[in-house]
Amino acid sequence: MTGLPREFFAPGNSFIDFLRAQAPDVLAAAVAPAGGQATLAAPAAASAPTAAAVAPALTAATQTPPTGTTVLALAYRDGVIMAGDRRATQGHQIASREIEKVFPADRFTAIGIAGVAGIAVQLVRLYQLELEHYEKVEGAPLSLTGKANRLATMLRSQLELALRGLAALPLLAGRDPAADGPGRIFAFDVTGGAYEEREFAAVGSGALFAKGSLKKLRKPQGTARAAIRAALGALADAAEEDTGTGGADPARSIYPVVARVDQRGYARIPDGELAKLYGGLT
Amino acid sequence: MTYPLYVPPEQIIKDRADFARRGARRGLPALALSTADGVLLAARNPSRALRKISEIYDKVGFAAVGKWSEFEALRVAGIRYADLRGYSYDRVDVTARGLAGAYAQTIAAAFTSDPKPLEVEVAVAQVGETQMDDAVFHITFDGAVSDELPWAVLGGAPAGAHETMTEGWRPGLTLPEAGELARAALGALGGGETAFEAAVLTRGAVGRSFVRLAAIP
Repeated sequence: MTGLPREFFAPGNSFIDFLRAQAPDVLAAAVAPAGGQATLAAPAAASAPTAAAVAPALTAATQTPPTGTTVLALAYRDGVIMAGDRRATQGHQIASREIEKVFPADRFTAIGIAGVAGIAVQLVRLYQLELEHYEKVEGAPLSLTGKANRLATMLRSQLELALRGLAALPLLAGRDPAADGPGRIFAFDVTGGAYEEREFAAVGSGALFAKGSLKKLRKPQGTARAAIRAALGALADAAEEDTGTGGADPARSIYPVVARVDQRGYARIPDGELAKLYGGLT
Repeated sequence: MTYPLYVPPEQIIKDRADFARRGARRGLPALALSTADGVLLAARNPSRALRKISEIYDKVGFAAVGKWSEFEALRVAGIRYADLRGYSYDRVDVTARGLAGAYAQTIAAAFTSDPKPLEVEVAVAQVGETQMDDAVFHITFDGAVSDELPWAVLGGAPAGAHETMTEGWRPGLTLPEAGELARAALGALGGGETAFEAAVLTRGAVGRSFVRLAAIP
């Protein structure tokens, strides 16, 4: 007679570490096995890259923004707003008009993603579960800084994929439930660096335009409504300048995904409300 | 010439069962019961840090009594089991039944072949769409599972508590009514006025339904 395997009783509070030991096959490309290579395609490229090969690849990976997408976050009086466009591209074609790039990471944190869709979606799914798993095992959630560091560690383990051009970059925004005032925003790079940003941040190919726009539109002590309006304006600017970013499509009722994290937690802004704000914008 | 001492297998099992039962029932009791508003989990527990009740997954909760180190290991293993299953398949594919089976196997294996049986009693509960869909699995120290009742009383001296529950439980109990019943059942076991620990798996919640309560409602 057997019961649950021994790995189920090993110490630790990380779901990813547990998966590595118990079911590495389930842990797909998003997070490579520790010390090993990601199990994704191209056997030629799967050998460990030499230092000479890494340097240019790393420069390319860190300097080229992920193709497509604008996801931005900005802090306001009582929390933080995160917004992302809905376009997914495949070369010069549009793969989807209504993909979602902003998700709840947990009750008080939002995560947005830019980059290769498959990897990005898996990264989000695994990260959501990692936070939930920690909370259940420990009986209390991670601190916000702890959440950002955990995400950075996950990115570090997918560095090799990023070197092959398969990068996904997240943006994290949230607040500590106990703390008052504006939310906090963390941006990341492919090497697993986590950088806390003041007031606003953006990732994706349209990030440059969105940041320029936010710089002028944001009001750090403004209301949620003003912040949402600034976010929509910035996304509209990005969509005008960047082919990888989709604009709002009122004819099809497709609006950006906009989420707010305040003292009540994560909430997605309904399309109806966005439609009204868009009316005032144009 | 010496002969190994012969001990009949019945005696070995009985000794192990006595040992495990004593260990599991030494501590303060816990219970799980189905109500109209969800599944209530409650325990007598003076500690604020060492919990007897826990969230496992969206609709699945856990309560245990006995040796803390042993049921804590089972609790964490249960969370891993549920998260692995939900990640590999889908969140709706995680059920109390599956976890109860895994626990029963683990506890039964320890009972027959480990140097020492586990001194624990575990309840795995699931909240359904209606009260008819609720499930409460009761797993004892030897790995025996039962799910006949809509409630389970773990540990302690359950005779008085069982009667209280049998008489007091009916379908459609509200959460405050169930809280009163739980308090009576847990209190009937004596042991002075100690703190209670309580949580509810809320019926109709989207996603995670486990809510920890400051006290029994």
